[in-house]
Amino acid sequence: MRKIDRIIERNKKEKGGLVPLLQDIMREYGYLPEGTLKRIAQKLDIPLSRVYGLATFYKSFSLTPRGRHLISVCLGTACHVRGAPRIVEKIERDLGIKAGETTKDLKFTLETVNCLGACALGPLIVIDEKYYGRLNSTKMDKVLKDYLKR
Amino acid sequence: MKLKRPSDLKKARKAIRLRYDPEKTCVTVCCGTGCIASGARNVAESFRKNIDKRGLRPRVNLRITGCHGFCERGPLVVIYPRRIFYQRVRVEDVKEIISQTILKGEIIERLLYVDPTTGKKIICEDDIPFYKKQKRLIFGNNGRIDPTKISYYIALDGYTALAKVLYRMNPQQVINEIKRSGLRGRGGAGFPTGVKWELCRQQKEKPKYIICNADEGDPGAFMDRSLLEGNPHSVLEGMIIGAYAIGAKEGYIYVRNEYPLAIKHLQIALKQAQDWGLLGKNILGTNFSFKIKINRGAGAFVCGEESALMASIEGKIGEPQPRPPFPAESGLWEKPTNINNVKTWANVSLIINKGAKWYSRIGTKTSKGTMIFSLVGKINNTGLVEVPMGISLRKMVYEIGGGIPNGKKFKAVQTGGPSGGCIPARLIDLPVDYEKLTEAGSMMGSGGMVVMDEDTCMVNVAKYFLSFTRDESCGKCTPCREGIKRMYEILDDITKGKGKESDLKLLKELAEIVKDSSLCGLGQTAPNPVLTTLKYFRDEYLAHIKDRRCPAGVCQDLIRYSVIKENCIGCQLCNKVCPTKAISGKKKEPQRIDQKKCIKCGACLEACKFEAIRVE
Repeated sequence: MRKIDRIIERNKKEKGGLVPLLQDIMREYGYLPEGTLKRIAQKLDIPLSRVYGLATFYKSFSLTPRGRHLISVCLGTACHVRGAPRIVEKIERDLGIKAGETTKDLKFTLETVNCLGACALGPLIVIDEKYYGRLNSTKMDKVLKDYLKR
Repeated sequence: MKLKRPSDLKKARKAIRLRYDPEKTCVTVCCGTGCIASGARNVAESFRKNIDKRGLRPRVNLRITGCHGFCERGPLVVIYPRRIFYQRVRVEDVKEIISQTILKGEIIERLLYVDPTTGKKIICEDDIPFYKKQKRLIFGNNGRIDPTKISYYIALDGYTALAKVLYRMNPQQVINEIKRSGLRGRGGAGFPTGVKWELCRQQKEKPKYIICNADEGDPGAFMDRSLLEGNPHSVLEGMIIGAYAIGAKEGYIYVRNEYPLAIKHLQIALKQAQDWGLLGKNILGTNFSFKIKINRGAGAFVCGEESALMASIEGKIGEPQPRPPFPAESGLWEKPTNINNVKTWANVSLIINKGAKWYSRIGTKTSKGTMIFSLVGKINNTGLVEVPMGISLRKMVYEIGGGIPNGKKFKAVQTGGPSGGCIPARLIDLPVDYEKLTEAGSMMGSGGMVVMDEDTCMVNVAKYFLSFTRDESCGKCTPCREGIKRMYEILDDITKGKGKESDLKLLKELAEIVKDSSLCGLGQTAPNPVLTTLKYFRDEYLAHIKDRRCPAGVCQDLIRYSVIKENCIGCQLCNKVCPTKAISGKKKEPQRIDQKKCIKCGACLEACKFEAIRVE
């Protein structure tokens, strides 16, 4: 629990520091473990419901562990009209999970994002901060197979 | 080095300019997010290595710049002083560029841009139609400066406006100047900026806050990010001037979490501005002090709405508040607050430097200055485009955008993100300004412009936007939370061939109720995509409902794939890529698609090289 206490201390002084605090925990643990949320409520003397409310309102927070590889599929308008929904469907089919879920072996988490702002490259996905653009199902197949081997 | 007075700034600028010889060869590599995604970092790194290896440092400068806007052709390399423009540059090209172009002055033909309308190769950046037809007042410096070094910004007259304001103008004069310029909020609603500042200035309550709204959430819009990444000081300077005019001592920049590079560059810029005495205590040696903090968003579209954004800074759930009171009276921590969009802030120093009179000559009667649009979707030249207000859609799509790819027919352009609407091809001569877009049922929004061609299904597009706003609705007010969901369900039925004609009436009725009774901008504008597509593309809705047909061939439940026997040579490529083994047949004979097994994923259509797959 010492690590979490340090993060809480660091953010305590800032006005309105609850969101940055949860962001720091996300970065540290990869998700928001239940214990950390309880600890925050206790340490800052606020209701757990408030912490939980924030943790479930904002999309970048997750209450469950994420996979080793994070696949983000851009579903912005430009990617949409260029066929992004088919890319999501393909990944869902190949990994056997729905968007927002993590594979059982904790290898992949699949999420969709609103816009990555690289519309010229659409349809576009990002795996672990690496961009793969101008995708179609054949290209997508190659990329996925490469990660499945790892 | 702290600058204590305007003359210090002048001296510093002179010294910087002396160091920079405009005749010296300089290789600039665009490292905006778009180009990075295409591999620009490796290209830049390779330039660095090769320039060092060949001992060319004394003769050649290398500069990493922010986004030039022409993301479609990235990675972009521009070589000064001739401004030779190379596009889609790969690491393998670097050695050749150095030995041929930099050392011998020869042009490498294959890396040049080819004008799609004339087929001619273009050497100089300025001659490319995409750039030539623009008016890049705000965005132009992006390609010229290294955003991680304040000296580049200062060399290009950066912070001159701040010095002028602090030493030669009082706050009211600044506000008057902004009012006279006619600048309106670039976040979408278009409220006059000077008036907004004045309202906040007049409040007695203290402290006052300044916020820069960089929570650019509209899908398909990325100009705010490019500005923050490529020229962060232009935004900071605007904020500092605004703070002086309004009387604020603290400011916030609320940036979307999905923009890590923008956050990084802002942090660097803040630190440097402080070190130079342009931010923090006693700015430029005056009594005026101002500090800025960066807040990272946590992934909620509704936080782009001002009251939700402020709630988020306060560490709360990003739920909007009813207005009045407006932020100018009671904003962040219930104190007077002025909140403007990134682009609005970036316009400020330009107005102060060049004067309101000059500025107000650009644009139309009611919409002054330039606007940055992101031109995306089914368009040849995807990228960021800065044009004077009032330019026609036709000019945007055909002259700057280079038309529609693959000879397809232009169908519509969607402006204003999920809050905007679809403008049909027949209104292509519409001049783009705040009023004209609103009249057409759409809105300026933050400047996203998504081009659609004949292969785009408008019912599907309306459904897409509703699925977006449905997911992003914070759920506080009922019309937005429930209304959008019900509209979505109706559209979903229509795209699945289960629609009724009476649905259209119901859809319109629901849309109007949601529009009139939602609490914040998200709900009030969410029906726009539905209303405009109903108005301009009613036939397409009817085709889905009456004929159970999707004319654009998009809606999966209404289409079927089949093999055109005459074209199929039996290569069986489709057979291999089909994920459900729905395609069968002998080698060198036409294949067959089993409709029961087909999941309509479109893989066969993509794979076929003989145009032997038909979508009906």
